[in-house]
Amino acid sequence: MTAQVTIFAIVFAVAVIFFLWSCWQRFSLVALGLPDNRIDRIGLRIWNMLLYAFGQKRVVAGKYPFGWNHFVFFWCFLILLIANTEFLFHGLFPDIIALSKLPEGLYHALALIFDVVSLLALIAVIIAISRRLWFAPKYIEAKTVDAFVILGLVATLMIAFFSLHGSGIALGEEAAAAWMPISSFVATLFRDLPAVTLANVKLIFWWVHAFALLGFLCYLPYSKHMHILTSIPNCFFKSIDKVNTQTPEVFKKDNVYGAGRVDRMRWKDLFDSYSCTECGRCTDNCPAANTGKELNPRLVIHDIKINLLHNGKLIKQGKAPELSLIGGGKEGSIKEDAIWACTTCGACMEVCPVSIEHVPKLVYMRRDLVEMQAKFPDELLSLFENLENRSNPWGIIPAERSRWVAEVNAPSFEKDKTEYLFYTGCAGSLDTRNKRNTEAIARILNAAGVSWGTFGKDEKCCGDSARRLGNEYLFDRMARENIRMMQEAGVKKIIVECPHGYNTIKNDYKQFGADFEVIHHAELILQLIESGKLQLKNKADAGKIIFHDSCYLGRYNGIFDQPRKLIEKATGKAPMEMDRRRETSFCCGAGGGRMWMEETEGTRINIARVTEAMKSDPDTICVCCPYCVTMMEDGLTDIKASDKVKVIEISELVEKAIK
Amino acid sequence: MQIVTCIKQVPDTTQVKIDPVKGTLIREGVPSIINPFDAHALEESLRLKDKYGFKVTAISMGPPSAEVTLRNAIALGVDNVILLSDRVFGGADTLATSMVLATAIKKLNEEDEVVLVLCGKQTIDGDTAQVGPGIATRLKYQQLTSVDHIENVDLKNRTITVRCKFEGRYEILNSCFPAMIAVLREINRPRYPTVPMRLMSQDYKVTVWDNKVMQMNENEIGLKGSATAVRRIFSPDRAMGQILGGDDVQDPEEAARMLINKLISKNLISLQ
Repeated sequence: MTAQVTIFAIVFAVAVIFFLWSCWQRFSLVALGLPDNRIDRIGLRIWNMLLYAFGQKRVVAGKYPFGWNHFVFFWCFLILLIANTEFLFHGLFPDIIALSKLPEGLYHALALIFDVVSLLALIAVIIAISRRLWFAPKYIEAKTVDAFVILGLVATLMIAFFSLHGSGIALGEEAAAAWMPISSFVATLFRDLPAVTLANVKLIFWWVHAFALLGFLCYLPYSKHMHILTSIPNCFFKSIDKVNTQTPEVFKKDNVYGAGRVDRMRWKDLFDSYSCTECGRCTDNCPAANTGKELNPRLVIHDIKINLLHNGKLIKQGKAPELSLIGGGKEGSIKEDAIWACTTCGACMEVCPVSIEHVPKLVYMRRDLVEMQAKFPDELLSLFENLENRSNPWGIIPAERSRWVAEVNAPSFEKDKTEYLFYTGCAGSLDTRNKRNTEAIARILNAAGVSWGTFGKDEKCCGDSARRLGNEYLFDRMARENIRMMQEAGVKKIIVECPHGYNTIKNDYKQFGADFEVIHHAELILQLIESGKLQLKNKADAGKIIFHDSCYLGRYNGIFDQPRKLIEKATGKAPMEMDRRRETSFCCGAGGGRMWMEETEGTRINIARVTEAMKSDPDTICVCCPYCVTMMEDGLTDIKASDKVKVIEISELVEKAIK
Repeated sequence: MQIVTCIKQVPDTTQVKIDPVKGTLIREGVPSIINPFDAHALEESLRLKDKYGFKVTAISMGPPSAEVTLRNAIALGVDNVILLSDRVFGGADTLATSMVLATAIKKLNEEDEVVLVLCGKQTIDGDTAQVGPGIATRLKYQQLTSVDHIENVDLKNRTITVRCKFEGRYEILNSCFPAMIAVLREINRPRYPTVPMRLMSQDYKVTVWDNKVMQMNENEIGLKGSATAVRRIFSPDRAMGQILGGDDVQDPEEAARMLINKLISKNLISLQ
C-alpha cells in the first residue's frame, strides 16, 4: 500500500464517518414528529418518485425555464455518482477497482459519458452562478453563502476532473483518451509541461478532486443542499390523496391539539423541511406573499427546519423547547400574522418540485392557537360562535335557510324517493347575492327533470372554515352531525353548490366514515347537457367572458375542464383565460377562513385578481364558487369597474341559455 | 376572597315566537344560550381572577338543563359552579329570583368571603334589569350598575373603582366591598374556551342546591314568593315590511328618491 492510499484511506474514513454522524444527528430528529403512514400503496409511490424526482416533472413545469438547468444538474449528478464512486474506490483499491478493468466497449462509453456530462455540469454551474449574480428572481434569496459554497465545490470538482484526466492524457496514461474529448482538449493546454511537472499536476488535481468530493459530502447535511439526500425519498413519501385535507384529531382528556411545538408536526412535515431547496416557487405563487402579507411559505418551511435543529436535542432529552415555533421575532419562529394570512389555496403545494405540504403545517399551527390557546383574530370569535350556535358564519337564524325555496319550486329531500340531495351551503342559502345561483341551479335541475331535494332549514354548515381555521374540535362535531343527518335521511348522492362544501363533504368527511357520491353542480349540469337531459334553447349572451378557477374545485379536485366546456356550451365560444389559470390559478382571497377575516396588511388579493382579469378587457368574469362571486364583485367595485364588468356564477350563465 | 357571578340560561329570543292563542313563549326547538350580558359578567370576573387571583364561583337558578351553561362556565375557567334547582323555585319573578340568589351567595360567603357579585345588566328574555340590584338590596351590598369598565381594585383598602355609562355621561364610582356590579356588554370581549378545558368541563360534576340545601321559606320563593304575575304576552301588530326596488336599484340616490316618494304618498312626510 502506497503512502497516498494510506493517507486517502484515513481522509476517506474520517469524512464518511463525519457524514454519517451528521446524517444521524439530523435525521434522527425526524422521528420526533407524529406518526403518519407514508408507505402504503408502494407501487404508486415508486411511480411518484420516478415522475417527480427522476423525471423532475415539477422542476421543469410552468413558467420556470431555469428548471431545465436543474434537470441537467440532477442527471449529471446521478451519472457522475457512478464516476465519483469509482474515483473513491479506485483511490482506496487502485489495483482492484478501475474503470479500465471493464470490458473495453463499456469503458470507452463510460469515459465518453463522464467527460461530456462533466462539461454539462460545469456549464450548468456557470448558468446557476450567473443567475444568482445577475438574473435573480425576487422570490429567492440569491446571494447566500450556502449557494455559492456548493456551486463552488461542484465547479471545483469538474475543473479538477478535467485537469486530472487532461494531465493523465498528456502523460499518455489514459487508455480511453480518444473517448474523452474535453479532457483531451485540456491535455493540449498541458502539452508543453515536462513529465515530472505533469505528474505533480495530476497528483495535485487528484487530491483537489478528492477533497472537493469529500468536502461536498461533509457539507451536505449542514446546507439546504441536504435536499440532494431527501428530495427523492420526499417524492416517494408524497401525499397520494390530494393534500387538501388535514389529519383529524382525537378528542380525549389529556390530549394535546395542534402544533404548538415542532415535535407536534407529523414526521413527514419535519422531513419536508429538510427537503426544501429554497427555490422560492411557493412564495412566487402565494396570494398572501404576492400582496404584501406577512406570510412567506418558503420561510415557514425554513423556520420549521431551524426550529427542529435548534430544539431537537432538548426535545429528545425530554426537555421543553427553547425556541418557540409560533411567535416570530427570530429565525426558526413563525409569526402569528403569517399563520393567519394563508388562504389554504394550495398554490404553494401545487408548484413545489419536491411536494412539500405547506398548508397542513399552517393549519396545525392554527390548531394550537385556536384549540390550546384560544388566541385568534377578533373577527373569528363571532364566526366560531355563529358556526357553533347557528351553524352558519353570519349567525343568521337557521330558519332563514329555506327562504330561497319560496322563489323556485324546490322539493324537500325524501328518503328512498329523492335521488340527489342538493346541498346549497351557507352562502348559497343565506347570502342575498348567492341565493341567485342557488335558484338558477334549482331551475336547471327542474328543467332537466332531475330527482332532487333539499334539507331546507335543517341544512347545516359543512364546517370548512372551522377546519381550515384550525378549529378542528368544532369541525369534528359539525362533520359528524352532518354525516349522521345525511345517513339517517338515506342520502347517497349530493349535489354541492359551493366548492368548499364540495371538497369538505367529498374529501374531509371520508375521514369520518362518510361515503357519499358528491358532485359539483358544474359537473352535473355538463353531464345533463351531454346526455341530452338538459336542452339549451339559445346561446347565453354575457359578452366576452373570462373564467376564474376556484381553488377548491380546480387545484383541489381537478375540475378544470368541466366549467370551461359548460361555458362553451352555454355561449357557443370558449372563455378567455387568465394568465394564472388551472393548476396555477390565483386565489380570490376567501379560502382558509379568510372570507371571515379583515385583510388589513398589504394590498387586497381580490383586487390583484380582478386587475389580472381586466387585462383581457372582459365583459363578464365567470366563476363557480359563491366565495369567488363575492370576492370578484367586491374587487370590481373597489377598482370602480363594476359598471362595466359583471360577475356571473356558471349556473346563472346556463340558466340564460335554457330560457 | 371570591367573586360570585350570576348567570342565566335563556332561550335564544331572536328565534322565539309567541303563541298568539295561549299568550306564552313557544320554546320548542329553540336553542338555549347563556344570557349574552351574563357572558360579559363571567368574562369580567375571569379577568379579575387573572389579575387579582380571586376565586370565581358561577351560580345559576334554573331547571336541571341549565347545567350545560354552568359547564360552559367551567370550560372558560371559573373555579366552582352551583346550580340552584328545585321545582319550588319555579315560576319566580325578579323578587323571588333575587331572594334565592341572595341566599345562595350568603351560603357561599360562609365558606369563603364574597367581595364582589357580578351580574349582566339584564337578561334578554325578561329585560327587567332588576335581579342584580335585587340581590344587592337583599344582601345590603353596594350596587354599581351599567358598568362598562372596571378601573381598579384595591385589595388593601378593599375598594373597587368602576366607570358607569349612562345616557350622555359617565360616572366614575368608588365603592367598598362587598359590592354588586351589573355590567354592560361593552365592558369586554368574552374569551373562547380551549379544547382541553371543554373536555374537562364535560366530565365536571355540577353541584346542585335544592331547597333541602337552601332551607328557604316557601312563601319567599317561586310562584308564591313572586310579587308580580304575567297576565298576557303578545306581539304588537306590525305591518309587513316592503323592499323598494331591491337588487335592481344600484344607485343610492335613486333608492332614496323612491323612499321619499313613498313616504310622501303615505302622508308620512311633507315637503312643505
